[in-house]
Amino acid sequence: MSYNTLRFSEVTVGDKLPAEDIAITSSLISCGALATRDFEPCHHVPKVAQEMGLPDVFMNILTSQALMARFVTDWSGPEAVMKALKVKLGAPNVPGMLMTVTGEVADKDDSQQVITVKVLGENNIWGMHMEGSVSIQLP
Amino acid sequence: MTPEQRQAFEEGLYQFVGRSLHPEPKRSYDTVNGAMIRQWAEVMGDRNPAYTDADWAASSARGHLIAPPAMLYVWNQEGYAVASTGRPGDGLADLVAYFDSHGFTGSLGTNVDQEYFAEAKLGDAIYEDAVIEEISEQKSTARGLGYFLQTLAKFRNQDGELIGTQRFRVFKFIPPEVPAQEKPESATELELPTRIQAPRGQDNAWWWDACDEGRVLIQRCKSCQTLRHPPRPMCGECQSTEWDSIESSLDGEIYSFVEMHYPKFPGYQYPLIVAVISLAEGTRLVANVVGIDSAEVRIGLKVKGRVEQVDEKTMLPQFYPVDAAEVSA
Repeated sequence: MSYNTLRFSEVTVGDKLPAEDIAITSSLISCGALATRDFEPCHHVPKVAQEMGLPDVFMNILTSQALMARFVTDWSGPEAVMKALKVKLGAPNVPGMLMTVTGEVADKDDSQQVITVKVLGENNIWGMHMEGSVSIQLP
Repeated sequence: MTPEQRQAFEEGLYQFVGRSLHPEPKRSYDTVNGAMIRQWAEVMGDRNPAYTDADWAASSARGHLIAPPAMLYVWNQEGYAVASTGRPGDGLADLVAYFDSHGFTGSLGTNVDQEYFAEAKLGDAIYEDAVIEEISEQKSTARGLGYFLQTLAKFRNQDGELIGTQRFRVFKFIPPEVPAQEKPESATELELPTRIQAPRGQDNAWWWDACDEGRVLIQRCKSCQTLRHPPRPMCGECQSTEWDSIESSLDGEIYSFVEMHYPKFPGYQYPLIVAVISLAEGTRLVANVVGIDSAEVRIGLKVKGRVEQVDEKTMLPQFYPVDAAEVSA
């Protein structure tokens, strides 16, 4: 398979990334936790999460980081080199929600050929789940 | 906490700044490997060939596979012990215990910032060296009173090359007391939030009850026939407390409006236009304008209202631009 990677010169501040809807399921939450070696029971045992006041297991931070990073590299292509991933955490993601991820190019650093994309992930029930930025170096 | 107690607590607290989490850099249990990367990529839906397609990677600018940068913190995670025998103690656990013993039992991760300096390759061993980088002064937030603590972890490979850093910020706070009877039952249903309900009292319940039945009423003074809204007990013109009501045609125009952007409230649909509507009858009403691009909303726009169910619990008059209302009526 061939894959395209955006060139630094093709990107303009203000460019919007294609929005993506991610269905938040029990499987995504618990398997995401295990795939990131996060065995905290609140991510795979509903009862433990309920004792913390939430309706069900909730997404761990490493899965949110992964989804934000992927959102940007899906758009940029595989030769992009990730330089930074900054995530501010908001309301939890729990099963049954739909998270909509949007992004926009916020900065271009000509000296390093690095662009910074601002990303927002909002779920349809409690609003902002994650917001932050991903910086990637482009050829 | 008295000022003296707080001073003693903070003296002990700030001793933790600069302390290492591990006595020496902690090595990952496994080296960076294809099996863990594949599992991560499958679950996250990440089809980036730089992580899992060896043939593509060989012909790429890098010439080899890399680990997903967002897996930086994965390699050194403790694993199943956390769920079975308990998280092994480290320098952070001591600080958490110090907070907890002084009532700061609440814990909330607020920020995770990673920076990457090199890409990890298959076979790399990852060494984590972490310190408690800073503890804020006492902060009062919506969650309660507490302190932000930040750890800085540095990740190096077997050659001592710095691959990346992670700054993790946590708020440790005194959780507000919740009386036992107000503690929510462990709700297992994800409840869809509804709009904030208007309080109904002796003077206005009749108006909301009519709205629930699909009608918007306007209060009318029985003595001088002056219309008034919102509902209140006495006529502003003649001070009579005798009143009845008429039903509004819901024809009107926008007198003024705002678009609510931030903060977003759960249960409301965005874009959210909140307008003061001048009704044909002469009174004004605060309501949402819908069915129109928010850039098109303007003062003086003719609108037509309909009472609609906007969520599971709420009936509200909503106003549409007249053209659109005619089309969909």
